[in-house]
Amino acid sequence: MTAAPPVPVPAAESSRSEATARPGPLVSATVAILVAATCIPLGYVVWGTVSVGWTRAYELVVRPRVGELLINTVALVFITVPLCVLIGVGLAWLTERTDLPGRGFWRPLFVAPLAVPAFVNSYAWVGVVPSIHGLWAGVLITTLSYFPFMYLPVAATLRRLDPAVEESARALGSDSVGVFFRVVFPQLRLAILGGGLLVGLHLLSEFGAFAMIRFDTFTVAIFQQFQVTFDGAAGSMLAGVLVVLCLVLLTAEAAARGKIRFARIGSGAPRAATPNRLGYSTIPALIALTTLAALSLGVPIWTLLRWLLIGGAEVWDFAELGNSLAQTIGLAGVAAIVTVVLAFPVAWVAVRSSGLLARVVEGANYVTSSLPGIVTALALVTVAIHYARPLYQSVPLIVFAYVLLFMPRALVNVRAGLAQVPPSLEEASRSLGASPSATFFRVTLRLTAPAAAAGGSLVFVAVATELTATLLLAPTGTRTLSMMFWSWSSELDYAAAAPYAMVLVLLAIPVTVLLFRQSMKVAAL
Amino acid sequence: MTEAIVDVRGLAKSFNDHVVLDHIDLQMQPGTITAVVGASGCGKTTLLRLIAGFETPGDGTVTIDGTQVASAGRSVPPHKRSVGYVAQDGALFPHLTVGQNIAYGIRGEGRDKVRSRVAELLETVSLNPSFADRRPHQLSGGQQQRVALARALARQPVVMLLDEPFSALDTGLRASTRKVVAELLAQAGVTSLLVTHDQEEALSIADQVAVMRDGRFTQVGSPQSVYREPGDRFTAEFLGDSITMPCVVTSGFADCAIGRVSVRADDGPGTLLLRPEQLVAQVVTDSGELNGVGKVLAVEFLGHDVLLTIDPAGDLDPIIVRQNSLAPPPVDAKVRIEVVGNGVVFT
Repeated sequence: MTAAPPVPVPAAESSRSEATARPGPLVSATVAILVAATCIPLGYVVWGTVSVGWTRAYELVVRPRVGELLINTVALVFITVPLCVLIGVGLAWLTERTDLPGRGFWRPLFVAPLAVPAFVNSYAWVGVVPSIHGLWAGVLITTLSYFPFMYLPVAATLRRLDPAVEESARALGSDSVGVFFRVVFPQLRLAILGGGLLVGLHLLSEFGAFAMIRFDTFTVAIFQQFQVTFDGAAGSMLAGVLVVLCLVLLTAEAAARGKIRFARIGSGAPRAATPNRLGYSTIPALIALTTLAALSLGVPIWTLLRWLLIGGAEVWDFAELGNSLAQTIGLAGVAAIVTVVLAFPVAWVAVRSSGLLARVVEGANYVTSSLPGIVTALALVTVAIHYARPLYQSVPLIVFAYVLLFMPRALVNVRAGLAQVPPSLEEASRSLGASPSATFFRVTLRLTAPAAAAGGSLVFVAVATELTATLLLAPTGTRTLSMMFWSWSSELDYAAAAPYAMVLVLLAIPVTVLLFRQSMKVAAL
Repeated sequence: MTEAIVDVRGLAKSFNDHVVLDHIDLQMQPGTITAVVGASGCGKTTLLRLIAGFETPGDGTVTIDGTQVASAGRSVPPHKRSVGYVAQDGALFPHLTVGQNIAYGIRGEGRDKVRSRVAELLETVSLNPSFADRRPHQLSGGQQQRVALARALARQPVVMLLDEPFSALDTGLRASTRKVVAELLAQAGVTSLLVTHDQEEALSIADQVAVMRDGRFTQVGSPQSVYREPGDRFTAEFLGDSITMPCVVTSGFADCAIGRVSVRADDGPGTLLLRPEQLVAQVVTDSGELNGVGKVLAVEFLGHDVLLTIDPAGDLDPIIVRQNSLAPPPVDAKVRIEVVGNGVVFT
């Protein structure tokens, strides 16, 4: 799970209640099947717990090993998330609201770490400090990998805030520190909560980065259990605890968010904010930013280049690399297309019809895609083995897993695109003699295409850099880039793994640029 | 009278048990403009959307040019009806040029023919044919509305539906665009239905005005008749400022606080309704005659007009008189209020 879309896209609002329409049978059927499918992972956990019986379940959950995992996982979340808040908010303020030199250069630089998958980052740190391991190593690596999830939405929100509100606070007697804590920070709350949730969910689902530094979280333990016992009760009980942790995070975020919405009151375009003068703090600020850039980007780039240099020409097996790249592009491409196509009916329901169905669809999707990839993968493995044997380790099943995991990435974009197509355009088309399907292709699809393409590319990169579900579900003989990277680095042949990591990073760069652009555009609203 | 080209009978529609349209009847004669006017949320847009085919009626029928297109629970889809539709904001396709927008509904014709038809339509709506290559966002609001109209006219619809087409324009532009559109629709001879909340717009543009309240028509008729002879107090007050006072009618004259007013009503007590422009205040020098004389409480200068607040004798509310601003009576002057034309009496 890397490069999720962390930029809050304004929620769609149907322009008037009269414009809400009843979805047709095809749309309803697709949406209903998707909703049913999203219940599989949660259903698996519940069914697993029930089928082992309460006593056995209790024994499996209440044991020292689970306690150890719980402490590890909870400590990881409680240390890393606040660190990400600190770094993300600090960075956003420095790059958006001060006269720091080179702000145009720093902004994209701190989004760039999103192009480096966390497991590649972990590999890089192991290359620099071979003895690195345990909780603090996990905190260091994931903080450096995930702080952009906080930085992007907070910076976007900061850019959007009306400086007139801050000026009023000034006029009411607050100094710049007072303005920040009493006026700016409260308005950043939604962005911080959203970013924090994203970081937290990534921490719960990350496998590769922690396995590489021998730090055991629930996801790592479930994976190891799966390799030992395949479809065991112990594994599904651990998955149950992980799901509970995940739901706790979701609920906590929802509760903290409450029903508050901040909107700019008043009309007219906001003026650009007057930057705060850093003065003597400029030099320390620049040193801090340089250090962060060196740790988050310098280390992976340096390690990759070093291993490539050490490996020399030998590690570049172009036939193998080409095959792996082709497989990755094929799998990720198919998954991206299927996800975007399926996102259309869901987005249509969410945008155009208000009511229970829309809320159920969104809720189901939100929860399932928040579940760690390992849980979804385990659930699909179990269901396939018991009820659909031919599907086990088949391309359709793994594509289905990707759809469940990465639907929101496509959905957020397609939905925003669809929301920008006013129903009145479709009505105009209908009144000009175009049938509903002709209207869809000539007007709706045409106008949503850029958003759909953006969503598709996000899914593409997410699939290309996905490791956990891919390892569990990929058909025998599949060798994607991330699988090849994983297999070489597990054999401690770091030089041979380097070309695969390099190609993965290069694949992710265009999408990272896209994310950065989107966040700038949201600010222009 | 010729047969109505659009015939709406007993049309009803509810959304979630909320009655939006309550058995509406409306007939539109060929080549005329009908304006449906009412406050927002009164159901007028729903009526238009039912005729266009965007909604299905709960009850009643819609007949366009002799073909029944909608009845209870059954509806011919909009693309199979001969209707033109101009939305509030024009709803131009942002991904197409102006020319492509206008050509959207034109079918099965050669490229050159479409091109010349687009140029012709642009001229019809008083836009230069060079506009065809522009993008919608490069046009002003008024120009966008005219392109939307040209696009709807391209299919030569039997009936043109306009949903608050001028409300997104600023005041000056609204009046001029309104005039252009009214002339254009009259020239094209297309039967039109215009929905608006602006009574002045409805009265100025339409041949037939239907006043709507809570899903029903309170009155349908020519602009003059609905304004001069409103059927009830709501219609009267919705269509313009009005002055009401109690009166007693005897053989064609109403006696009230300001004197005798000619009316067409049966004998008996009632409420007299007058329009402010019917009243003229004259300063009285002879203070002997007290009947029908009031005192000026305030004079508000509005440039072209003055508004006089006059306290009539007795325990009545002050009366507002609007008259030209040349030599208005001063504050505290005693005035007699004279009435031009007939009044309307509600019993």
